[in-house]
Amino acid sequence: MITQFRQTVRANLAKPEVRANFYRAMDGLMTRRLDQFPDKAELERLRTQSMAIRANALSKLPELLETLEANLIRNGIQVHWAETAEQGNQIVQAILERHNAKSIIKGKSMVSEEMGMNHFLETLGIECLESDLGEFIIQLDGETPSHIIMPAIHKNRIQIAKLFHEKFPDIPYTEDVDELTQMARRILRDKFYATTVGLSGVNFMVAETGTLCLVENEGNGRMSTTAPSVHIAVTGIEKVVESLSDVPPLLSILTRSATGQPITTYFNMISGPRKAGEKDGPEEVHLVLLDNGRSNIYSDPELLATLRCIRCGACINHCPVYVRIGGHSYGTVYPGPIGSILEPQKAGLDVHGELAQASTLCGACSEVCPVRIPIPSILNRLRYDGVRKDTSNTHTVGSGKRRTLSEAATWKTWAWAATHPTIYHAGSTLATRFKGMLPTNLGAWTTVRSAPKLAESTLHQQVKNLGVDHE
Amino acid sequence: MSNTARANILARLREPQRPECGFSERDYLSRYDWDTAERVKRFTERMVAVRAEVHHTTADTWLDVVSQVCAAKGLNNLLVSPATVLGKQIHAQADRFPALKTYDQPIENWKQELFYGVDAAFTGTTGGIAETGTLIVMPSADEPRLMSLVPPVHIAVLEVDKLYTTFAEAVQVQGWVQAGMPTNALLISGPSKSADIEQTLAYGVHGPKELVVVLVE
Repeated sequence: MITQFRQTVRANLAKPEVRANFYRAMDGLMTRRLDQFPDKAELERLRTQSMAIRANALSKLPELLETLEANLIRNGIQVHWAETAEQGNQIVQAILERHNAKSIIKGKSMVSEEMGMNHFLETLGIECLESDLGEFIIQLDGETPSHIIMPAIHKNRIQIAKLFHEKFPDIPYTEDVDELTQMARRILRDKFYATTVGLSGVNFMVAETGTLCLVENEGNGRMSTTAPSVHIAVTGIEKVVESLSDVPPLLSILTRSATGQPITTYFNMISGPRKAGEKDGPEEVHLVLLDNGRSNIYSDPELLATLRCIRCGACINHCPVYVRIGGHSYGTVYPGPIGSILEPQKAGLDVHGELAQASTLCGACSEVCPVRIPIPSILNRLRYDGVRKDTSNTHTVGSGKRRTLSEAATWKTWAWAATHPTIYHAGSTLATRFKGMLPTNLGAWTTVRSAPKLAESTLHQQVKNLGVDHE
Repeated sequence: MSNTARANILARLREPQRPECGFSERDYLSRYDWDTAERVKRFTERMVAVRAEVHHTTADTWLDVVSQVCAAKGLNNLLVSPATVLGKQIHAQADRFPALKTYDQPIENWKQELFYGVDAAFTGTTGGIAETGTLIVMPSADEPRLMSLVPPVHIAVLEVDKLYTTFAEAVQVQGWVQAGMPTNALLISGPSKSADIEQTLAYGVHGPKELVVVLVE
């Protein structure tokens, strides 16, 4: 059966321009990351440390969230909890209604994408303006991000120039990156000037001090959280760390893994709204803590590692599948290896379980992951959960929903044969005798490969002929 | 709704067998042995690499350098606090600088002028980080948050004795946790930039197009 996912992949593989855009970008990102870690041994120590920091936070997650909440409230930040994306959107809506806001300006937030916030608010007649340059570009074209760090990476300069010219016909056509950037600056500065509510994501939350940390290069994150009179931050419950001293190592490995920068231009630590006597900063700061399936992932000791993720995108940049099919093929908010383990767990294996198959299990993702998430093992686990018969021992949503009778019967027969040596040997001997009769057309496999050829004799026979003692 | 959600989420997180952390390497610290000269060198290299201007000055010359920078850039005005130690010195010699402006009222009262009429802002810093080429800025009532963000040019002074080797060292030596975090604390490592179009660096996206660091020995 040709699924929607396979259809999209096929369509995107046939777009040489988009493929070239991804290839160029991923190549550059991989090289720049490598340049940041000249000392291999040090890199491994830092990865172990970062894993330990995140694992420590997860081991105390409910307590840290309570400490975080208490400290945020003490600092004057209002905390909201949302079990689902829908609840999260309603919380944001209520805040906007209280301020009679008809528009918001947004810094980059993947969690807001996860909530489908722009769509939700726009149906209420509230304008959502993306201010990150990449997000601004794709919003103009009515697209979704194709990468979690570089949302417009699938487009090249010429495509962006044409898009700008189409949307802003009064401004002269240019393909110059600096000029395009300055156009966006002018357009968005007017919005920052006029908009009263800003929205952002969060990279780390510090329980010890009640601090929200944002990592960015452009300054739109600072603008969105500073210039409007209300700042709403939305993030997942897993983003908390215990101590301020956990932040420097995580920040360092995040920026180096993500874009190959020793540090980003801005690291913005927000610990409260404008205090009496201060002359700017938002009068109100809100934090929306989103669960949306995370607590379910948390309940599984193996899958829990998914929540260590700091969203650097290194696994995406290094994925041989992602670079070929591109970010839009996945049909999910988070693409690439991290998306292939996160999205099936959130939406259910019956919805996105196929993504766990969209991997060669080459292991490049786990090799570069700054928090050592064993992505291939988790992919394997999700493949298993998808087809397992007995689902009583797993909480993964949609477990067993990908099981088909024919596949189950095939493996059952195989297992039976493999545990009956006489049958197995007879079968493999028979196969070598009649190898000429085996089909050369094996469906999808042989469209780009030749069919495997069986040897003249079985391995058992060859070993026997060599005189190897089988004990 | 929110209270039920909170209770439900926390209950779900408490339900499973609590995962063990299992790792003890959380406190690893990279070792560096950089003296002041090395820190200044590394800091300058990093800053210049991201197109920031760095000037090496002393307590006697920094004011001259700031004045020269303003002249070289043809600034029409400069936003400077009249209340900080450094700001007072600039205001005391106002004739050597472009028209001086002050952030002496809440943003709401003069947002249009700040957004469209200020050429440059001058601020102090709380410290610097050599490893990454970073300024630590903690905005205050005297030097509000938007000063280092909205004007196209940001001129910042960093005293060399507050140049730390790493971020971790700055947090620890300056006792950030003990002192309590300010409403906003920033690490600034260069002018605003983006690589969202074809991975090509463009400067001055939403924040300052130019960052000028005046290092005072």
